[in-house]
Amino acid sequence: MSKVYIALQDNDESRYIVEAIEESNPDSTVIHQPAMIRIEREGRLVIERAVVEEKMGRDWDVQELHINLITLGGNVDEDDDQFVLEWKQ
Amino acid sequence: MAAKKLNIKDKYRLLTRDLDWDFSYEDRKQAFPYEEFEGIKITDWNKWEDPFRLTMDSYWKYQAEKEKKLYAIFDAFSQNNGHLNVVDSRYVNALKLFLTGVSPLEYQAYQGFAHVGRQFSGVGARVACQMQSLDELRHVQTQIHAMSHYNKFFDGFQEFSHMHDRVWYLSVPRSFFCDARSAGPFEFMVAIGFSFEYVLTNLLFVPFMSGAAHNGDMATVTFGFSAQSDEARHMTLGLEVIKFLLEQHEDNVPIVQKWIDKWFWRGTRLLTIVAMMMDYMLPNKVMSWKEAWEVYFEEAGGALFKDLARYGIRMPKYAETIEKEKEHISHQAWWTFYTHGHAAGFHTWIPSDKELDWLSAQYPDTFDKYYRPLWELAKEQEAKGERFYTSGLPQLCQTCQIPMLFTEMDNPNQNSMRDSVFEDERYHFCSDGCKDIFDEEPEKYVQSWLPVHQIFQGNCGGPGVEDVLSDYYKMNVGVDNMDIKGSPDEKRWNEWKGIA
Amino acid sequence: MPVYALNPGYKGERMDRVENFHGNQIVYVGWDEHRMFCAAKAFPLPPSMPFAAVIENIMPEAFGQHPEFSQINWETAEWLLDGEPFKPQLEASLEAQGVGHKSMVRFKTPELQGFQNAGV
Repeated sequence: MSKVYIALQDNDESRYIVEAIEESNPDSTVIHQPAMIRIEREGRLVIERAVVEEKMGRDWDVQELHINLITLGGNVDEDDDQFVLEWKQ
Repeated sequence: MAAKKLNIKDKYRLLTRDLDWDFSYEDRKQAFPYEEFEGIKITDWNKWEDPFRLTMDSYWKYQAEKEKKLYAIFDAFSQNNGHLNVVDSRYVNALKLFLTGVSPLEYQAYQGFAHVGRQFSGVGARVACQMQSLDELRHVQTQIHAMSHYNKFFDGFQEFSHMHDRVWYLSVPRSFFCDARSAGPFEFMVAIGFSFEYVLTNLLFVPFMSGAAHNGDMATVTFGFSAQSDEARHMTLGLEVIKFLLEQHEDNVPIVQKWIDKWFWRGTRLLTIVAMMMDYMLPNKVMSWKEAWEVYFEEAGGALFKDLARYGIRMPKYAETIEKEKEHISHQAWWTFYTHGHAAGFHTWIPSDKELDWLSAQYPDTFDKYYRPLWELAKEQEAKGERFYTSGLPQLCQTCQIPMLFTEMDNPNQNSMRDSVFEDERYHFCSDGCKDIFDEEPEKYVQSWLPVHQIFQGNCGGPGVEDVLSDYYKMNVGVDNMDIKGSPDEKRWNEWKGIA
Repeated sequence: MPVYALNPGYKGERMDRVENFHGNQIVYVGWDEHRMFCAAKAFPLPPSMPFAAVIENIMPEAFGQHPEFSQINWETAEWLLDGEPFKPQLEASLEAQGVGHKSMVRFKTPELQGFQNAGV
C-alpha cells in the first residue's frame, strides 16, 4: 500500500487540525519542516469534522481546510462530515 | 421556518451541474469545436466527479479569506523592511529567477485554463477550470505584489514581463507553456492539470517555499503557500481528469499515456532550474534537490502511478533516466548560469567552501567526482583575476530550448546529443525524451523560437551580445548581470548590514 | 502524424531555414569530455569557409579559455560530423566536405583528460 500525505501551513489553526488527524489516524507520521507540517499514513487518512470542532472549540466547515492546505497526495473524497485521502492500491 | 441548509453534494449539483443547458437550435459540436480532434472519446460527461465539490459561492468566500491573510502579511513585511531579514543578498537572485521565469507561467496558466474552460462541453469540468483560471490569475498578481517590495531595493526585477518574452533562458519556461496552450484542450489538461500540477509543481512550491521560510523570506513563503493552497485543488482536478479520460473509453488510454510520457519529460527538463535554485541559490539549505525529488516524484509519483496501473497506465517513459539525472542536473545548470553570468538577469557566484561540502555530503556519488573540479577551476580563474565567463553562444535543444548541457548517464563527462532530420533539415536534442517529442510532431517544433538562432538571424538587435542584453532584453548591463562580487546589490546590502 | 492539428494539412513555419542567416549557415562545435564549456557552441559561418579557418579562428574563440587549449594536437584529434567519423580536409570548404546547415562537429582529444583529469 502506498502512503497518502497532506501538508498544512504551520499556524494556530493547523495545529488543531493536526491534533485531530493524529487522533483519527493513530499510526500517522507527523513531520515538521520550516513553515509547514506534513502528515503521512499508509493507504488512507481521514479528517473528521467532529474531531476538529472538538479540538478547536468552535464550528468548523470541512471546506475551511482549503485555507491552510499546502499539498496532498491520494484520491480525495470530501463531504459535510469528513475529508478522506486514499490510495486504493 | 428557517430554510434548510443544503449539504455539500446537493449544493454542488445545483450550483454546477444545474448551470448547464441543452442545445435546442445550435449544434453542440459546433459550440465545442475543439473537443474531438485529439482523438479523445467522451461518452458521458455526467460521469465527471469533482471530489472537492467546491461551488463558486464557497470559492469566493475562501479565496477572499486567503487574500486577506496574505495581504496583511505583505503589509507587515514591507512596513518592517522585511527584505533586510533575508539571509544574504545572494538569496534574492532566486526571486529574480522566480519573477521572470515562474510568475509569467501563472499568467499563461490563467489563459490556458480560461481557454479550456470554454472548450469542454461538460459543465463540471468547465466550472473547475474556471476556478483554476481565477486561481492562476490570483497567483501572478500576488507574486508581482510580493516582489514589488524587493524591486525597490534590488536590481533585476524591473522588466520581468518583457524579459520573459525575450531572454534566452526564459524561452525555456515560456515555450513549455506555449506548447501546452497550443495543444488541444485534453492534452493541455494532461500537460498542466495532471503532469505539472499533480507532481511537478509540488517540487517548486513545497520544498522551495519551505526553503524561503528557512532563509528569512516571509513574503515569498506566504505567497507560495497561499498559491499552494489552491494547488491542492488543482492536483485533485488533474487526477480527476486522468481518471475520467481513462474511464470514458479504452481508446483514450494510449493517447493519455503518450501525453504523460511527453509532459513528464518536458516538466522534468523545466524543473532543472528549480533544482539549481534549491541546491545553489538558497544559502540556508532545507533539503537537496535529490531528496526533494525522491519525496515528491519518486514516492508521491510512484504511489500515483501504482494507483493508475489499474487503467493500464505505466510510469512515464525514461523514468530510469530521470532517476539517474537527479544526481546531476542542479550542478550542470548552475555551472551553465555561472559561466553565462554575463548574460543572465541575476547574479551568480562560486558556492562557499561550506556549501561545496554540503553538496559533497548530499551527492556522495557524483559531486566530488564530476562537479567539485568545475568549482576548483572557477576558483583558480577568479584568483588570477579572470573570472570565467564563457565566450560564444551555446547550442540549444529544439524541444526544451535548454542549452545542450545534459550529459550521458552512462558517461557523465560527455554531453548528450541527439538529432533528427525532417524534410532535409537537421534538428538537435538534449535527450531521447526531447527527440521523441519532436519526432512525434515535427510540424509543431520546427517553429521553436530558439534565442541563439534568432540572435544570429538579426532579430534581437545587436550586433554584439551586449547590445542584445541592453536593448532587446532591457537588462541594466553591469548592474543586473555578472558575479555577485562587486555588484551594486552586494554593495547596498553590505551598507545596510554594516559589513565592511 | 507530423502534427495533431485542428485543420488538416497544417504546416509550421520553419524558423531556422538557412536562408534566414544572411548567407551563413549554423555550425555547432563541441569538445568532447570538456565540461568547462557547458554545451557545444553555435556559430554562423559562410559555407565556403575552409576547415583550416575553423581551426585557426573559430576553435580559439570557442574553446581558447580552456587551460588545455594550447596543448591540443589537431593532427591526432578524432572527429565526428553529425555522429559519423570524419576526417576534416583543411583546404576544402565546409560545404564541400559535407558540413551543412546545423551540422554538429565534435572532436575528441584522447591525450587531454581535462582539468584535474576530471573531464572538465
